[in-house]
Amino acid sequence: MDLVESYRQDLALARTPVTRALLAALLVALAMFPWVAAEHFVFLATLVALYSIGVMGQNILIGYTGQISFGQAGFLAIGAFAFGHLRIWGAPFLVALVAAGGVAALAGVVVGFPSLRLKGPYLAIATLGFGVAVYQIFVNWEVLSGGRSGLAITKLSPMFGLSGRRYEYYLYVLLLVGFTLATYNLISSYVGRAFAAIRDSDIAAEVNGVNLTRYKLLAFAISSFYTGVHGALYAQVLGHIEPQIFNIAEAITLFVAVIIGGVASVEGSILGAAFVLLVPKVFADFREMVPIVYGVTILIVLIFEPLGLYGRWLKARLYFQLWPFR
Amino acid sequence: MTVHGGVKATPPSPPGHLLEVRDLSLSFGGITALQDVALVIAEGETLAVIGPNGSGKTSLFNCITGLYRPTAGAIRFRGRSLIGRSPDHVTRLGIARTFQNLRLFHNMTVLDNLMVGRHLHFKKNFLGALLRLRSEEIRHRRRCEEIIEFLDLEAIRKARVADCPYGVQKRVELGRALATEPKLLLLDEPVSGLTQEEKEEFAYWIHEIRGRFSITVLLVEHDLRLASRLAHRMVALDHGVKIAEGAPPEVRQHPDVLKAYLGE
Repeated sequence: MDLVESYRQDLALARTPVTRALLAALLVALAMFPWVAAEHFVFLATLVALYSIGVMGQNILIGYTGQISFGQAGFLAIGAFAFGHLRIWGAPFLVALVAAGGVAALAGVVVGFPSLRLKGPYLAIATLGFGVAVYQIFVNWEVLSGGRSGLAITKLSPMFGLSGRRYEYYLYVLLLVGFTLATYNLISSYVGRAFAAIRDSDIAAEVNGVNLTRYKLLAFAISSFYTGVHGALYAQVLGHIEPQIFNIAEAITLFVAVIIGGVASVEGSILGAAFVLLVPKVFADFREMVPIVYGVTILIVLIFEPLGLYGRWLKARLYFQLWPFR
Repeated sequence: MTVHGGVKATPPSPPGHLLEVRDLSLSFGGITALQDVALVIAEGETLAVIGPNGSGKTSLFNCITGLYRPTAGAIRFRGRSLIGRSPDHVTRLGIARTFQNLRLFHNMTVLDNLMVGRHLHFKKNFLGALLRLRSEEIRHRRRCEEIIEFLDLEAIRKARVADCPYGVQKRVELGRALATEPKLLLLDEPVSGLTQEEKEEFAYWIHEIRGRFSITVLLVEHDLRLASRLAHRMVALDHGVKIAEGAPPEVRQHPDVLKAYLGE
């Protein structure tokens, strides 16, 4: 019997013992993973972790606030290059990471301004323009991009006697856990409700006291912070960045991850990130097929499962909750 | 008001006048939606605005709540001008509204819809939100539960609004407006599309809102019988012009009102 006895209990993150046990099991599995899996898979999991942060940020903007942006590649590049320069100047990893997110967030506020006037496809086009512009700036401005040779970023020196890959894995998974918790907390707070209100009806949100300007720009700032951090973490893993990495395809990939993973879902963001990273690996021998796989999957998802992979998970969970009575 | 023009600091409206609309005009290009409309609402009264479709009732609401900027005229609420204020600012001053064609947050639960109504009363603490500090949340949840109880929404507080029937959605929108704790509540056709039974319930709630929450109500309604029962006074609009004002029976019998509704 599932009885909620107080409002505080109702607001708890993991309310039932079953949820708590499953979460603990998940954390243990994550901690064990680098000791049982091959190094290649550990690296892949690290990539999924950092990608998930970016997809979550994108999902806050698209899924929760309903503002479609195709400019994410721009924020990725800004985050990555801010991080790269700061690291080269000798800033510690965490400082450079937060600063990279902050710079991207500032850019996000600037890009957010058109959202006060533009909606839906028009906003998508405006942000797409931003992505292309940032790409061109980095390609053509060698002071920023480090020219033809790009920026080389020093590797992290592993601590606690871990190997480089394992250290990176733990660090990134820890960051992902932090960002996931922050996202859960944020979307269930007054901020998240204001975002969702804007998505569902901006006029009603306004009439109920939500300041549209403030919350739309806040959504852009938060989302860009996540994306900037994603860019920075990606730069750290690659060890070497050049502007060509952050082209429009990257923005599309993030968008695909949101749709396939599940719009307005934190878990879906992680599933979506895993999807867009693992599909190219599975189809490694037919690389040119990857965009087709994305396209077909999006069609299938939109027609049969608008909630994405997360919707599938919800249905599976419902099935087991009701089992064996159905 | 005895002082007109030339005086910089307009004296506050006499006590009792909650809202004062003066010479309000609104036009979109060549179309005149409102022309020199004037009305006052006293604190605690219920005023009904009637008129055929397209007579400017909703435009009047949109002007008051800041969604439209009137072409000319003044709107004063508790002595403050509302012209040029953003809708969220108007709501903070104490005016809430519902919409004729429901504008709910369809993918949110009933409870969350009401909680959005509490938004302006939240002590905003972004860091606290990130760290899941929830004492504010609980404080406002209590207020929402009072409204849930008042409007009989207990059974569906966690249901998605889009899944609720129309009559319930109307109630949720009323609840959301109440959650902002307004001084003045603007109801745009609150009982349109409801069954007779639901209409009676709604009439009871609108009546209770006045007594229990001491909220002044401005009502747009097509159901004249219900409007006459609820309202102390009535104003009739036609083609954006005020054609009658007074006690409900008088206004309903007014020759211009009959003409507007029934033709020559």
